[in-house]
Amino acid sequence: MTAPLSATTGALPIEPGASRELSFAEALREAMGQALEADDRVFLMGEDIAIYGGAFQVTLGLLERFGHDRVMDTPISELGSAGVAVGAALAGMRPILEFQFQDFATLAMEQIVNQAAKIRYMFGGKCSVPVVFRAPTGSGTGGAAQHSQSLEAWYAHVPGLKVVQPSNPHDAKGLLLAALDDPDPVMFFEHKLLYKMKGPVPEAPYRVPIGKAAVVRQGTQVTIVASAIMVSRSLEAAAILAEKGIDVEVIDLRTLRPLDTETIIASVKKTTRLMCVYEGAKTLGIGAEIAAMIAESEAFDYLDAPILRLGGAEVPIPYSPVLEKAAVPQVADIAAAAERLANKRV
Amino acid sequence: MTPTAQDVSAPGEAAPPSDRPANPPRAFSVFSAAELQTALKKMYLIRRFEEAAEDAYQRGLTYGTMHLSIGQEASAVGACLPLGPSDYITSTHRGHGHCIAKGADPARMFAEFSGKETGYCHGRGGSMHIADVENGNLGANGIVAGGIPIAVGAALAIKKRGLPNVALCFFGDGAANEGAFHEALNIASIWKLPVIFVCENNKYAMSTSIERALSVKNVADRAVAYSMPGVIVDGNSLTDMADAVMAAIERARAGLGPTLIESKTYRIRGHSRSDRNRYRTKEEIESWVARDPIDRFEVELIAHGLATAAECLAIREAAEAEIAAAVKFSNDSPLPDAADILRGVHTPAEAKP
Repeated sequence: MTAPLSATTGALPIEPGASRELSFAEALREAMGQALEADDRVFLMGEDIAIYGGAFQVTLGLLERFGHDRVMDTPISELGSAGVAVGAALAGMRPILEFQFQDFATLAMEQIVNQAAKIRYMFGGKCSVPVVFRAPTGSGTGGAAQHSQSLEAWYAHVPGLKVVQPSNPHDAKGLLLAALDDPDPVMFFEHKLLYKMKGPVPEAPYRVPIGKAAVVRQGTQVTIVASAIMVSRSLEAAAILAEKGIDVEVIDLRTLRPLDTETIIASVKKTTRLMCVYEGAKTLGIGAEIAAMIAESEAFDYLDAPILRLGGAEVPIPYSPVLEKAAVPQVADIAAAAERLANKRV
Repeated sequence: MTPTAQDVSAPGEAAPPSDRPANPPRAFSVFSAAELQTALKKMYLIRRFEEAAEDAYQRGLTYGTMHLSIGQEASAVGACLPLGPSDYITSTHRGHGHCIAKGADPARMFAEFSGKETGYCHGRGGSMHIADVENGNLGANGIVAGGIPIAVGAALAIKKRGLPNVALCFFGDGAANEGAFHEALNIASIWKLPVIFVCENNKYAMSTSIERALSVKNVADRAVAYSMPGVIVDGNSLTDMADAVMAAIERARAGLGPTLIESKTYRIRGHSRSDRNRYRTKEEIESWVARDPIDRFEVELIAHGLATAAECLAIREAAEAEIAAAVKFSNDSPLPDAADILRGVHTPAEAKP
């Protein structure tokens, strides 16, 4: 898989300077390495991130460069580690805590939701909790029900958190550096199937702003809003539909909270049709929020067809590959749904 | 040698003052008479603060709930006596005492309790979330055991920054049964962090007694599982608490890691304002009223010539006046502006640390 940047119309800003092909995982690693070099307050924590290099090898080699004091293996204690990260952030550090799987972060919900997200507000705005929680998300690896979830909408429901979900190596690096600059807690979700995706990544540090979506394909007939792996799948679907004469615009959310409503509204006013594609269970997912937001906005009057949500099936992610694939939107599903939507009228 | 749960024989409740060694407590040679008198004043401030909160409730003037720490003043003040402003504490839902012990201004605390804009958290937090971060108080916490891993994180930051400080973590006997307790103590031990775990065992987690909820006799017995000293202290003795914390600070500063101190104490009032005391007897409560930690500390101060009875009375009156002024400050303070509701959710861009 390669990054969809070449398929875009230049909507993604590529910074000047040396750009190499890096994988999504390498881009994240480079961001963390540069942050560790630039700022003594930054350190990494997580299960098997040091010697092992992380379950997905994202932190591979960082121990050798920065040592155990800054690349710290934790015991299997998600709740404890999350609290340690929050406490260290309150006391002047800039921790990045890696959860081995997003599923395991459910063990740390107390610290993420009750503590990290609320401390600044509860304490009257007197302090900040600059912590980044990273976690691999999504299905497609045979991980089954407890290693494959896409729960990002849960976190996006919590005031006080920011939720980021890059779709390509360029954004992975830029958003992670932006998350590290952010004074407030950021949930940083990495789709497992993207780790090997290659794409151009500038070598010098740069930031992709949190809260800003990108129009990654310009189109006139249907707007698809997606994030993470669903961006490249939507772009593939758009290419198929282009051959049938259907012109699809694809928006990469990049950030789920705060949501870039402006970009979505502008696109829907142009295309008059909206489809939300996401891997998490369809009900009460990010697509429901986007649909409701559009229904409340001035873009509603522009709609020529009902808004369509294409989300995950209402099922724990199954193991068998045929079932696993059927549980989340695939390219053919997206193309078929977008085609139906393009031909539909209110 | 630091005592452990195994070699400390007398839990506090079995040891009336007359049974204690005749030697003066170490705190009396470490702290000046003025510092010890300030400690007495903080105990009175806590007692009066809690009584004022209760009074406001009884007169229908409070909004949310409250968890009073009357009877636990020695534990809070004794533990904080050896701490400086750069040492951290984390506290609990029963946190007013810890906050005053760490040096907070009772006026801003009462204003917070009353939901006023002039409160420590501008009325956003209330009784269960009072924090004084500039003064090292990382906040009360509405989640049982929520502050334990946070204190460990603060201790990790202290170690990483090469500072001589410690983080002291207050929690109750109920928190010792939370998973966070286990995870946090294990992490603190393997990383040898400068953190002091102070379990205030007041015998009841809301209504559930330690006998019904705890698999061991003492919370300190669990220290052995984390390879750290487990010290049982008479939590109603300010000097015993201070002495135990001093030893733990020395151990932490020497790079030897954490200590678990179990402060055996008792909350005289109910869990919160909904409590009808169905789970304990009047006789039990009265037996602990007779072991009043403030009276005990006064007797000790006078016996060792560190304060006169007249000075103690003056301290008490000064504390009463200060709390009366705090209540007045709160009453005179404005409520928050509803239009300002979103302020503080996120850090403004210009204030990036």
